Amino acid sequence: MTYNILIAGVGGQGTLLASKLMGVVFMGKGYDLKVSEVHGMSQRGGSVVTYVRFGDKVSSTVIEKGEADMVLSFELLESARWLPYLKKDGVLISNTQKINPMPVITGQAEYPRDIAEKLRSTGVRLHTVDALALAEKAGSAKSVNVVLLGVAAKYLGMEREAWENAIRATVPPKTVDINLAAFDAGYTL
Amino acid sequence: MKELMLGNQAVARGLYESGVRVVSSYPGTPSTEITEYIAKYPEVYSEWAPNEKVACEVAFGASLGGARSFCAMKHVGLNVAADPVYTASYIGVNAGMVIGVADDPGMHSSQNEQDSRHHAIASKVPMLEPCDSAECKEYAMLAYEISEKYDTPVMLRLSTRISHSRSPVEVGERITPPEKPYVKNVGKNVMMPAMAKARHVFVEQRTAALREYAENSGINRIIEGGDIGVIAAGTTFNYAYEALGGKASYLKLGMVNPLPVELIKTFASKVKRLIICEELDDIIETHCLKHGIKCEGKSLFSFCGEYSQSIIRKAVLGEEYEYRTFPEQFPARPPVLCPGCPHRGLFYALKGLGVYVSGDIGCYTLAAQKPLDCLDACLCMGASVSGLHGFNTARGAEQAKRSVAVIGDSTFIHSGITGLIDIAYNKGISTVIVLDNSITGMTGHQNNPANGLTIHGDPTVAVDLEALAHAVGFASVRVTDPYDVETTRKVVAEELQKEEPSLVIARRPCALLKTAQRKKPLIVTDACVGCKSCLKVGCPAISVENKHAVIDNNQCIGCGVCAFACRVGAIKEDE
Repeated sequence: MTYNILIAGVGGQGTLLASKLMGVVFMGKGYDLKVSEVHGMSQRGGSVVTYVRFGDKVSSTVIEKGEADMVLSFELLESARWLPYLKKDGVLISNTQKINPMPVITGQAEYPRDIAEKLRSTGVRLHTVDALALAEKAGSAKSVNVVLLGVAAKYLGMEREAWENAIRATVPPKTVDINLAAFDAGYTL
Repeated sequence: MKELMLGNQAVARGLYESGVRVVSSYPGTPSTEITEYIAKYPEVYSEWAPNEKVACEVAFGASLGGARSFCAMKHVGLNVAADPVYTASYIGVNAGMVIGVADDPGMHSSQNEQDSRHHAIASKVPMLEPCDSAECKEYAMLAYEISEKYDTPVMLRLSTRISHSRSPVEVGERITPPEKPYVKNVGKNVMMPAMAKARHVFVEQRTAALREYAENSGINRIIEGGDIGVIAAGTTFNYAYEALGGKASYLKLGMVNPLPVELIKTFASKVKRLIICEELDDIIETHCLKHGIKCEGKSLFSFCGEYSQSIIRKAVLGEEYEYRTFPEQFPARPPVLCPGCPHRGLFYALKGLGVYVSGDIGCYTLAAQKPLDCLDACLCMGASVSGLHGFNTARGAEQAKRSVAVIGDSTFIHSGITGLIDIAYNKGISTVIVLDNSITGMTGHQNNPANGLTIHGDPTVAVDLEALAHAVGFASVRVTDPYDVETTRKVVAEELQKEEPSLVIARRPCALLKTAQRKKPLIVTDACVGCKSCLKVGCPAISVENKHAVIDNNQCIGCGVCAFACRVGAIKEDE
């Protein structure tokens, strides 16, 4: 069996750190895994996605429509965009933060209203979280990614210690405390 | 010990463990990190070269000099390096030489979707294709054995999904390869007609020997399963295996040039249906048909874009997974120039001038999108300069006063300089603008010959762009700060009017650099009338809500370009 996590966000939000930390934890648990990232042009403020797959033996690097056990979305509009990738019984964890894309900024398009309600109307298992507020409370708006990782970790059923070790081993020493506080803000929700 | 490694990182590890001593590359997504990782090994000499041709020639020279060598590039970079590659194939190697080339099916960060296997076939160089990080390391090491045994450069073909995915890799020790003294050998190393004729015969014999390797070495292997037969390599093998599992048997190719014949015939005889899964071009399929092997390939799959398990599942089994969709239309989120990007001010100035803009490859290609909507053409590295000369030659001197080329500092060094020489030498009057942000930006911040820092960040000589332009015959060279939109516009307008070629250098470091100047976020005063003029600069940090401009404090670095665009002076520095 392979467990599929799709992490979606906006370039610059730090989705790569979240996937990297997941990679460290799943590898430590002895799983085979593949973590597929986006580099280059699409990173520049565009819609970005990272695929994390772990299990006994993982072949493909990508997650396709109807295949994700979990979609971890860093931004509300991105939740709408990546919803089709979720399995019918998968869980969608969505940050409630909104970041306007350029077509909205220039007035060519409108940011959809009531996205969370419309997502719920599809029958999807939805867990919304105001990760920006929690990150600011933890000490840095930049730790939105680790707050969301904390929420995801709760669903993944691995002990907190494994995540703490991964954070300590991965983030710059100066930011360990803030990142652990951010992780717990999500994990203890 | 196993480590979780990016494919590119695993290639670098393979180079390290193979005892490679010299690496020269030009950055290009998705190949860049190979060289960034190799730069972390002090035992290996590494450098950024001005372009892929130079990088490949450095690797060739190092091989001749007795060091195992490597150069990395993206698929289109191999076009630039093709000249040395095709003849290095004739000369062969002293110590092993490997060329890493990363294709970008789906064009995540590229201007075309070409299939680099064509270059391997045309240059008669063997090509290996790994399917995960473990194979990236294994094949990088194997490539040196093949290179030295068969006297040939070897290509290592990667793709976005292999280069940019992490998977476990077993780490080993660095070996010291056998000494390779330099021995002068004109017949082998000096390619002029008499010698090259003999070497071409050698190349054909070598290809025959390598085909034997492809048949028997085990690098191409059969995985027995159901009665559907799939031939695939690299990332496409992963997709096929994910989609079909035990329902199919597989011939997994690790070497994609030259291809085996007898092995494929044996495999074909064991299955009821033979399917070729290959992204991009129909190279394996054509090979099968040439040898009378019945198969299906592009009748099931596209020439365009990436494949996936769901594409293969649907095409072969007719199965699709169910999923939910959001109940209404929603906007796209294209990539954009960053807040504070120095290119924004330059393009806003050009938009005001209404000129034809001959574009190039880099972050600034994003200025083609709305609202800046500022590029007329973008072809390949360096083509903005030479392309502008052609355009102006076709349309006359008056057009030359209404058109500019824009090119980044790294791209200018890569292949813009020759275009500049062409303009001056042939009495053109074109105006070229170098967007000098002191870094190779789009590929993730690599130093380059114009910024005075080596791959390791050590100080070195920097190309003096002003002196260089003077030296090739541009008398008029001006420098401007793109944050100062008004002056920039004035400088470009003045240079356009001159009856001589001009170079304008719009100089300001990339806003993402640690050294970049960051000011306090700007504020919007009550003078704002909600006219949305500020939105025309296309900055993600500014929007208009309830008829009032709003600046996002988390994103704004106070560049002031929006303040220039504001018609009522409502955007100000926070006192």
